Amino acid sequence: MAVVFEKTTGLVPGKETHYCPGCTHGIIHRLVGEVLVELGVLDKAVGVAPVGCSVLAYEYFNCDMHEASHGRAPAVATGIKRVLPENVVFTYQGDGDLASIGTAEIVHAAHRGEKITTIFVNNAIYGMTGGQMAPTTLIGQKATTAPLGRTVEHSGMPLKVSEMFATIHGAAFIERVSVDSAPNIRKAKKAIKEAFQCQLDGKGFSMVEVLSTCPTNWGLTPVDSLKWLKENMMPYYPLGNFRRPGEDE
Amino acid sequence: MAKVLMKGNEAIGAAAINAGCKYFFGYPITPQNELPEYMSKEMPNNDGVFLQAESEVAAINMVYGAAGAGARVMTSSSSPGIALKQEGITYIAGAELPCVIVNIVRGGPGLGGIQPAQSDYNQVTRGGGNGDYKLLCYAPANLQEMVDLIQESFDAADYYRNPVMVVGDGMIGQMMEPIEFKKVESTRTLPEKNWATIGTGGTRKPNIINSLALDPQELEYHNHKLQRKYAEMKEKEVRFENYNMENAEVVIVAYGTTSRIAKNAIKALKEEGVNVGLIRPITLWPYPEKAFDEIPADCKSVLTVEMSEGQMIDDVRLSVNGKFPVDFYGRSGGMIPTPEAIADKVKEIIGGAK
Amino acid sequence: MAKGRVIFNRDICKGCELCTTACPVNIIVMDKTGINAKGYHPATVNEMDKCIGCANCATICPDCVITVERD
Repeated sequence: MAVVFEKTTGLVPGKETHYCPGCTHGIIHRLVGEVLVELGVLDKAVGVAPVGCSVLAYEYFNCDMHEASHGRAPAVATGIKRVLPENVVFTYQGDGDLASIGTAEIVHAAHRGEKITTIFVNNAIYGMTGGQMAPTTLIGQKATTAPLGRTVEHSGMPLKVSEMFATIHGAAFIERVSVDSAPNIRKAKKAIKEAFQCQLDGKGFSMVEVLSTCPTNWGLTPVDSLKWLKENMMPYYPLGNFRRPGEDE
Repeated sequence: MAKVLMKGNEAIGAAAINAGCKYFFGYPITPQNELPEYMSKEMPNNDGVFLQAESEVAAINMVYGAAGAGARVMTSSSSPGIALKQEGITYIAGAELPCVIVNIVRGGPGLGGIQPAQSDYNQVTRGGGNGDYKLLCYAPANLQEMVDLIQESFDAADYYRNPVMVVGDGMIGQMMEPIEFKKVESTRTLPEKNWATIGTGGTRKPNIINSLALDPQELEYHNHKLQRKYAEMKEKEVRFENYNMENAEVVIVAYGTTSRIAKNAIKALKEEGVNVGLIRPITLWPYPEKAFDEIPADCKSVLTVEMSEGQMIDDVRLSVNGKFPVDFYGRSGGMIPTPEAIADKVKEIIGGAK
Repeated sequence: MAKGRVIFNRDICKGCELCTTACPVNIIVMDKTGINAKGYHPATVNEMDKCIGCANCATICPDCVITVERD
């Protein structure tokens, strides 16, 4: 028998992650690692880690890594890519990092068409700090800073990031995917590969929004979290492509 | 080399390019706008990159990224914009990266005013952001000195792997003086940047640029490492000018353009038979404590003159260490002290002492 | 049907059970007879002859616990 699946060299060998059991960060990290290896660019990859549960991502990706302050990864990545235009530069950010404190930085990186790739992990909550409300938290969803559940009157409707970016000209590739099932994970990998290819082709900014789970702060088992994602997040955050290079403005 | 007449803000840009700065990330704010504007034109002419960021916060983070990728990189701003950059600056210091930051100081606090001030002294000498760190901080008093120090600051930043701040004020930024751009002779041995994130090339383990250390002992060791750096700066980087100290009845302490106004006051007082000296710090950090050793034993007062409500005066008191009375004269909000007012203050001190 | 084989790195499994949702032939179970070095009941397969080597389990595993072989 031949080996058809083993841990990618895109992740640091022998390193176990600190993520909770069932946290989908582990899946997404692996997809990014696999894509960088398959595109043959791991050796020239430089990643920027966020603040959030994946703050320690710099210990897991097997390439040069840069730790950014909360929300600023796209600006850090811009600095790196402007110095090293031949390298493959990516950011890996959660929904607090990207859609709350970092909205200016991500919008402007896309607006300028910075040739970087952003992996946006959307689990509708602040994980690392213990379950506070995020801009992407759903209506009625409880969080430690919205103990009775999010309401529109107080906090507005959850932010649809991919839809927003569909209007930005410099955003060459925008797609929303999910990692709640093996088939969806394979589709997510395809989108991540397309996003990095978009950077290699010099088309502009690329981003993949990955619907993800947070069993610990959602108060659900990992298996039930997959179900919650499918039944609650996917109807509000539809999967699909929002921008592709060459498509009409 | 011939001298050129240049505006301060533009001279900073020219000096940086001359020192091999290839990346400039900035944002508009009065009174330093001529610098990003100059860079937007001249960087592309010099194989460099200029980018106007979406904010001062974004600009300093672009500097952080570029510095981590091994580049000679600079940003500039003015007081409120420097306040915005503090988060980025502390990360750069914690991650031990080199960069040059220019602060053309204006009146504060808050939005303040656009006229010259020196009310960022605390912001630039006490770290500025969170944590135990320092910036090597230069305060030139004229454009030639500004240009020479800008060129020095890139080498110093690379040598120490630390941000270097160059502090001017609205006058330095706007004035025009003749400047000679000397050939940059590096006096330091600069090691290779083998820590930079340029891609592993498949030949080494990943480089990680980071200021996070969750283990407290590890973070303490890291802080000790930073402190050793600052100890070396204290030993080697102090710069100051002492002027007319012999038999001085009063010694003024002033930096930047205030020191030039003070010198005019000193010249006027000399004609009236009053002998006044000047200690001019050129590094605000590390502070030139040893300059104070030259104060004559019978000096009646050490008079701090600042364009602020009194910030450097704390370091003056520490340096004087109780040996002499310390007095203060200052203007704030963008008001400029006059030589006459400084001279009157001296006479008031002497009159009172008699 | 392809013949497959899955190898679980028992001690790095966090017992999250995601793999049990992905297996099309439902052969993945949590080993309740013991705990691994982390203190979890690790995932395992007792009916390896039914494995088709589709790698769905490895695809959904967040911790790269599973290596998959196939004819």
